[in-house]
Amino acid sequence: MLENVMLAKALAIGLGAIGAGFAIGLIGAKAMEAIGRNPESTGKILVPMLLVSAFAEAVAIYALVIAFSIK
Amino acid sequence: MSENIIENQVELIHESPLYAEHLFNIGNFSVTNSLLSSFLALVLVVFFGLVLRRRIKEVPGKLQSAVEMLIEALLDLFDTVTHSRKKTLLFAPLIISFFVFILLNNWLGLLPGVGSVGKVIVEDGHHVFIPFLRGATADLNTTLSLAIIGVFISHILGVVFVGWWHHFNKFINLKALMEIPKKIWRDPAIVLINPIKLFVGLIEIIGELAKVASLSFRLFGNIFAGEVLLVAMSAIMAFAVPIPFMFLELMVGAIQAFIFSILILTYLSINTTLENH
Repeated sequence: MLENVMLAKALAIGLGAIGAGFAIGLIGAKAMEAIGRNPESTGKILVPMLLVSAFAEAVAIYALVIAFSIK
Repeated sequence: MSENIIENQVELIHESPLYAEHLFNIGNFSVTNSLLSSFLALVLVVFFGLVLRRRIKEVPGKLQSAVEMLIEALLDLFDTVTHSRKKTLLFAPLIISFFVFILLNNWLGLLPGVGSVGKVIVEDGHHVFIPFLRGATADLNTTLSLAIIGVFISHILGVVFVGWWHHFNKFINLKALMEIPKKIWRDPAIVLINPIKLFVGLIEIIGELAKVASLSFRLFGNIFAGEVLLVAMSAIMAFAVPIPFMFLELMVGAIQAFIFSILILTYLSINTTLENH
C-alpha cells in the first residue's frame, strides 16, 4: 500500500504533466501543419513555436516543484 | 594484529535540496553556495564588460562585427515586441543584461566542479555533502529577486512614460467612475458598464503578482529540475548517458534566459504605451 506522501507526489506531477504534454503536442501539430503548407516559413515559425512550448511546459514545471516540496 | 577489524563505512548523503546550502556567515548574513555562484557570474560579466570595452575600434575586426550582427538581430527582434525603435534602444541594455546574467548563471551550473567540489558536514547524525558552488538560478531566491526587479522596473518606467494618473487608471479606473455623471444622459448604459471597468482594473493587480510568481517559478523549476535530472542520469551510468542530457540543459538554459528577457520586455512595452479603448 503506497504511503500518502508518495502517492501525493506521484499524483501531483502525474496529473500536472497530462495537460502540458497535450498542449505541447497540439502546438507542435499546428506548427507542422503550417510548415507543410508553406515550407519556406520554417525559420519564421520555429522561434514562436519554441517560445509558446516553453510557456506550456512551465505549467508542468510548477507541478514538479510542488511534487518536490511535498514531504 | 588481529585481522578482524570491522571498517566503519560512513554513509554520505548527496542530495540537492530545494533551498541553497549555507556555507559561512558574514556577521549576521548567511552566505550560501548559490550566492557565491551568482557573485562569480557577476564578476565574469563585469570583467568582460570592462576588458572588451577598450577593444572597440571604429573599423571593426571579425569578433566585433560578429557581435554587432548579433546585436542588430536582437534589436530587430525587440522591435517586433515594442513597435518603436526609440523604445527598443532605451530598453535594450536592461533586457540584454537580464539575458546575459541569467544565461551565465544557468550555464555555470553545468561546469565540472560546480556541485561536485565541496565539504562534508555532520547534521543530525548524518554526514551531508555540501558543494561550494551551485547554479544560482537553481535557488528560488535568485529567480524571485530577478522577477521582482523586472516587474518593479516595468511599473516605474510605466509611470515615467505615460504619467502617474494614466498608469493608476489602468488598475483602479477612477476615470471611468468620473465619467458617469458627464455621459449619463447621452448613454444611460454607462451606469452599468463603468463600475465593471473599475473592477476589471482591480483584478489586474492580482495579475501583477501572478507575473512575478510565474516568471520566478518558470526559471527556478526548469533549472532545478535540470539539475536533479542530471544527477539522476549520472547515477544510472556516469559515462555516456549524461551527454544528451547535458545538451538538453544547455538548450534549456539558453531558452529560459531568452524567455525571461522577452517577457520582461513585453511587460515593459505594455506598461509604457498609452492605451485607448
